[in-house]
Amino acid sequence: MSDMAAEPLLSVRGLEKHFGPVQALYSVDLDLPAGSVTALCGDNGAGKSVLTRCIAGIHQPEKGEILWEGRPVHIRTPREASRLGIETVYQDLALADNLDIVQNMFLGRERLRYGMLDEDSMERAASDTLSGLRVTTVRSIRQPVASLSGGQRQSVAVAKAVMWNSKLVMLDEPTAALGVVQTRMVLDLVRRLRDRGLAVMMISHNLNDVFEVADRIAVMYLGHMVVQADAASLDRQSVVEYMTTGARSGAAVAS
Amino acid sequence: MSADTTLEAPAEPAGTAASEVAALEVPPEILAQSFGEYVRVRWARIRRGDSGVLPVIGALVVITVVFQAISPHHVFLAAGNVVNLFQQSAVFMVLAMAECFALLLGEIDLSIGYTAAVGGVIGVQLVQPVTTNWPWWAAVVVALVACAFIGFIQGTLITRLRLPSFIVTLAGLLILNGVMLMLLGLGPFSGYPSLTGQSGNLQVLYNFMWGTIDPLISWIAMIVIAALIGAGLFWRDLQRRRSGLVAPPMSLTIIKIALIAAVGAAVVAICNINRANLGTLAGVPWVIPIVLAVLGAWAFLLQRTRYGRYVYAIGGNPEAARRAGISLARVRTIAFMLCSMTAGIAGLLYASYLGGMSNNVNGGQLVLYAVAAAVIGGTSLFGGRGKVMHGVLGGLVIGGIYNGMYLLGLAIQWQLMVTGLVLLGAVTIDALSRRGALTGSVTHI
Repeated sequence: MSDMAAEPLLSVRGLEKHFGPVQALYSVDLDLPAGSVTALCGDNGAGKSVLTRCIAGIHQPEKGEILWEGRPVHIRTPREASRLGIETVYQDLALADNLDIVQNMFLGRERLRYGMLDEDSMERAASDTLSGLRVTTVRSIRQPVASLSGGQRQSVAVAKAVMWNSKLVMLDEPTAALGVVQTRMVLDLVRRLRDRGLAVMMISHNLNDVFEVADRIAVMYLGHMVVQADAASLDRQSVVEYMTTGARSGAAVAS
Repeated sequence: MSADTTLEAPAEPAGTAASEVAALEVPPEILAQSFGEYVRVRWARIRRGDSGVLPVIGALVVITVVFQAISPHHVFLAAGNVVNLFQQSAVFMVLAMAECFALLLGEIDLSIGYTAAVGGVIGVQLVQPVTTNWPWWAAVVVALVACAFIGFIQGTLITRLRLPSFIVTLAGLLILNGVMLMLLGLGPFSGYPSLTGQSGNLQVLYNFMWGTIDPLISWIAMIVIAALIGAGLFWRDLQRRRSGLVAPPMSLTIIKIALIAAVGAAVVAICNINRANLGTLAGVPWVIPIVLAVLGAWAFLLQRTRYGRYVYAIGGNPEAARRAGISLARVRTIAFMLCSMTAGIAGLLYASYLGGMSNNVNGGQLVLYAVAAAVIGGTSLFGGRGKVMHGVLGGLVIGGIYNGMYLLGLAIQWQLMVTGLVLLGAVTIDALSRRGALTGSVTHI
């Protein structure tokens, strides 16, 4: 358990979800403490995305509860998740290429003045957020997103997520398809979110990235949460074993 | 940072190519702090295929020069013909602005030609003194509401039932063609309700296209409008500088304002020349302020309001818009309503141009010209890129070809072929610039 917070910002207890005959989650537990990065690992089909979507309000779990700051909550829509302070950055980032950075960051929450878009105020706020996160490689925040590199796009998507006083940010494979320099840029950004006291959950297949930034590691296997521990107490080998067999070698193999 | 850093000396070791590309993507007004820099950045963008409205401006210049040179007695630029050209182009311009709403969403509306015709027939029929004899404004309102309703039905089918807009509006084209013929048959007009007569209401509709504004008032109005636009541009720059944001160089703003004033003065001056063979006919035709009002209203809606932002967002990435909590169905349906309603305005102008309505109106051809005008002007067929101004410029190109060919005494077949070739050229430019780079922020500072 992380020493950063006594009580986790978000706890999942005994979450179950199935789609028709397919059971996706079997009584899953997960703690996401504030001020720490939790990496969620697992092979394809382990249930990482389903768990994330349950927390983000896209799926409704059939059983179990989600505790937010110690209180049980029902998150029925992504809107409700946002209202609590939960933001998700999906792999496809959901940025509109033809809009510029400011327009994307405020999409759906535009500031108005006399009924018109208040471009100046939005531009200042977006600029403050980006410089606060030290995303300084973009040349102008008025450039269309189409012109950004992969890492810059990821940074804009993350900045968009944290702009709204969010407390928990869930990142789905933030470094997939990025080069070395771009990956470093995004991982630095993840660290800065933690330093600001946010809870960060990062889905990742890349164990290099996981061991570089994660304080805690949670591994899922075929819908079960097989381990949740401090990153320091795990090594690469054991995480791979948990991911591929659901158990550490020597112990009884599940399924 | 100045533009030089990235244009000439990309210093960062990593991702220099990317940063150079990025520098060129930024609207030059933002990068450039002086007029010289602006020109250089703009030129770099043009070389990379992002030419903005330059091709259509170039096309207008070519059309003007060629037709002025070869038209009999060099009549193309004569005052009478220029005003005539504006009047002929107006219907294409407004229809192209209508089509912009569909194109920005990445959809198409094939029915607007006959939507326009239906709107025109409703307007003309309702003011007929021997039948309903409605006041002109009530007829206009009912015509536009009817058109908006057509858009509502089509938009609802497209967004709620997820039917392809191509098919829904193709069906609309056929159905509305029938509706137009049916409405034409009403009343004792043998299918040709006309706008000629002594009734004041008939004359108001007729004057949309043919009425003129007093020359003195035209001048005053032009100066007031140019001054307001100029003051607005200056005020915006001032606000941005005050809040510490980058504003375009002052010289650029002054040149912009000077250009607007010059174009406005030229139009008013030409329209105020007496263009009658006998007696006096001078003044700006009403149709010009009507087109400008539609242009101003829709440019404001699309560039300055939340609704407009959502239209661009849906055109660019519907999934991003959906996740941002935007109601796609609502924004899309409203866009189809605005599209059809704007088509209704075009239809009333067309009825005014023809001095009535008849079954000769070819809405199938009108819509093709509207799409062509929007694309020639620079609106993308793939959604998310374009402005209503593009429709106006493209409409002027099509009107110019039509008018010039007519002056040369060339038959319709030539006009059709040349328009088709210009359209091909415009789509080629669009495709090439798309291949060169994905561009086009919707905000120009």
